[in-house]
Amino acid sequence: MSTLTSSCSWKAGDGVSDQFPAGLRVLVVDDDPTCLRILEKMLKTCQYQVTTCSRSDVALSTLRDNKNGFDIVLSDVHMPDMDGFKLLEHIGLEMDLPVIMMSADDGKQVVMKGVTHGACDYLIKPIRIEALKNIWQHVVRKRKNEWKELEQCGSVEDGDRPQKHLEDVDYSSTANEGSWKSGKRRKEEEDDAEERDDSSTLKKPRVVWSVELHQQFVSAVNQLGIDKAVPKKILELMNVPGLTRENVASHLQKYRLYLRRLSGVPQHQAGVNSSFIGTQDAGFGAISSLNGYEIQALAATGQLAPQSLATLQAAGLGRSAGKSGISIPMLDQRNLFSFDNPKLRFGEGQSQQNLGTNSKQANLLHGIPTTMEPKQLVNLQQSAQSFGSMSMPVHTHGAQSSSLLMPMGQPQARRHVISESGSSRPPVLQANMGQSIMSTGLVGQALGRSGTAENGRGLGHNAILQTSSAMNFPMNQVSDAPVSSFPIQSTFPTSKGGYPEDVNSSIIKGPGGGMPSYDILHDLQQIRSNDWEFQNVGVTFDTSQPGNSVQGNIDTSGLLLVHQGLSSGQSSNGHNRNISAAGKSLLSADGNRQVTTPNVGQPPTSLVDNPVQIKTEGFPDMSYQAVLYPEHYSQEDIMNAFLKQQQGIGPPDSEFEFDGFSVNNIPV
Amino acid sequence: MADLHQQLTTMRQSLLDEELLDEQFVQLEELEAEGNPNFVVEVFSLYFRDSTKTLESVGQMLEKTPVEFDKVDRALHMLKGNSASVGAYKVVTEVNRMRDLIEEKNPESCNATYEQLKKEHDVLKGKMEAYLQLLKEAEAAEKPSQGGGGGGDDDEDPMSSTESS
Repeated sequence: MSTLTSSCSWKAGDGVSDQFPAGLRVLVVDDDPTCLRILEKMLKTCQYQVTTCSRSDVALSTLRDNKNGFDIVLSDVHMPDMDGFKLLEHIGLEMDLPVIMMSADDGKQVVMKGVTHGACDYLIKPIRIEALKNIWQHVVRKRKNEWKELEQCGSVEDGDRPQKHLEDVDYSSTANEGSWKSGKRRKEEEDDAEERDDSSTLKKPRVVWSVELHQQFVSAVNQLGIDKAVPKKILELMNVPGLTRENVASHLQKYRLYLRRLSGVPQHQAGVNSSFIGTQDAGFGAISSLNGYEIQALAATGQLAPQSLATLQAAGLGRSAGKSGISIPMLDQRNLFSFDNPKLRFGEGQSQQNLGTNSKQANLLHGIPTTMEPKQLVNLQQSAQSFGSMSMPVHTHGAQSSSLLMPMGQPQARRHVISESGSSRPPVLQANMGQSIMSTGLVGQALGRSGTAENGRGLGHNAILQTSSAMNFPMNQVSDAPVSSFPIQSTFPTSKGGYPEDVNSSIIKGPGGGMPSYDILHDLQQIRSNDWEFQNVGVTFDTSQPGNSVQGNIDTSGLLLVHQGLSSGQSSNGHNRNISAAGKSLLSADGNRQVTTPNVGQPPTSLVDNPVQIKTEGFPDMSYQAVLYPEHYSQEDIMNAFLKQQQGIGPPDSEFEFDGFSVNNIPV
Repeated sequence: MADLHQQLTTMRQSLLDEELLDEQFVQLEELEAEGNPNFVVEVFSLYFRDSTKTLESVGQMLEKTPVEFDKVDRALHMLKGNSASVGAYKVVTEVNRMRDLIEEKNPESCNATYEQLKKEHDVLKGKMEAYLQLLKEAEAAEKPSQGGGGGGDDDEDPMSSTESS
């Protein structure tokens, strides 16, 4: 028996012997020499093949150098060079081996942490040999699951899985121990629910990106470097049987969008806006300055010039537009749109807020697809349509509005339209807004709606005209919807400066709908912060979701709010923290942006709640972010959030789908 | 020999009765019995080497101002782990007590507990040393071929009569 000291000496693994579990190849990692020695002896007594390490880095490199050289890993939790949980993650990602955590600590949190990080088991020191005698079960179980997965996927990647390859996959199996296993199970369940279809041509079932899987993915990406992370390498690194390159590729795509959204939303927005709106960029800028308040005002007045709304939307859409194509798939569109938008009443006599902010609003709306009430969306659509789409029938539904959105890029045309429609539109606006433009529409609605009608609208229109170049979206017209769009404004971190004020003032000046904006905002708030997720959602909206989706957006209040939070989060530093805070910030008037914050805050609870909810859903997003900034805790937080979500919101389908998830849960 | 054994038994029993050692210690003994000679000695050597060091550093940390309670706690956690693994029951108890006080971050009570912990540890150390020494002697006495107290020197000493076959 070679004396294995604390140094790592790997004994050539020849696979599991026939006398399984004898010969099980165990790697023990513990910085305490006493414990290490004792464990070694115990494991040897169990007839396992033992390798010891006192450092995590040595352990990792040993594992890497000897892929398939070990069957199971035992690791201490508290180690000086690397946290045991981190090691656990690495191992899970790279080697997918069962890992058992050990510690003298038996606190519930720590044990839970082990579970959430994917440990198969957690042993409390002092470890008795009896406990070690059964660790082989984890190996067997894992193999079994892998086989099952392979079978499901219809492809056997590890054909040479040694020993126990259990074909009787019973998922419901034996133990739900090991988060890995339960994660897999969940994965299965989610598979059905999962809408996103990553798998391409292969007959593999749709991959459900469970928490663990995503963590693995993220770790792999980080390891490779986000720039160099190619699906093939990620796949290799993840080493998850049954996962295809296509799965990884599509997930990576989404992930990248997510990152972009988080970090570069403003830019993206700008970029997108430009793409969409062409000239509207300026408008957007202005719009962005439109804080939620303004949007609210706009919405309140319901007179948000379609243009403004359009611009807002464009702004929002711009972002989303760019993403819409992409993000939509990521987002659970249905989620996005499923938000009820009671608040859609932007159009309702909302003041016409400058549509300038529309762009912002639009964004907001986008972002907050959920908040829009369906009807509001419709309104928005209509209004938007009337405005933007040059000739889109105001009363068209969201579908139209979506089309409206598209045309946003043509501000000029829109302007005209808007100006025309503005006056007569207000009600129409609302309908149009239905779509993603909702946000913008809301604005427009707010602007146009301004119950006071024309006047307000006029203002709004003007504003809209200015801003809306892109905003023509009739969507803006959604203003009918409760000027939830206002909050959206706030989300526009950019120019929220002056512009919004203009809008506000215009709105207020207008039909005196200034006050109404509050109502709208109130409504908007109700719409919920679903928008939290909206960042992406907004995108989806772009996809010209039919009224439904729009409605989701229409929940502008929520949208706006969320949006604000989101944008704030994004603009600030894309930290997921921000995002989480976004929801809150929305309410709390994120920074200076949100003039309307107070308004928003009014129906505080609803929004707050929503954001929270959204947040949770957004967590997966956060996880992305977290990954970006390799902070262990963020993932933990995510996990916590995730877990909390699970409790609070129900099974979070592969929460990794940033945004859009929340949509589901957002109770409208 | 019989005396030796007798002594050993008594010693061992008292260690267990006084709860200086607990069931875990018995496990270690069993491990040794399964063909791991000197396992217990080896383990306790490792343990005391580390535990003494840890205690010293904890003492130093407590004397510093301000006291870095986090570090102290971490050190204690480590001490708890390995003390528990060798079955040093009383030491573990004291460690736990101290860790509770650390949470309160009260330097005075921490110091008092530290002294207590140190005391228990040193008592155990003394007794274990005596016990293990006796054990060695007993084993040596049982195996006339081995050099007295030869702790398994594998030196290739031609002069050594204890050549492992």
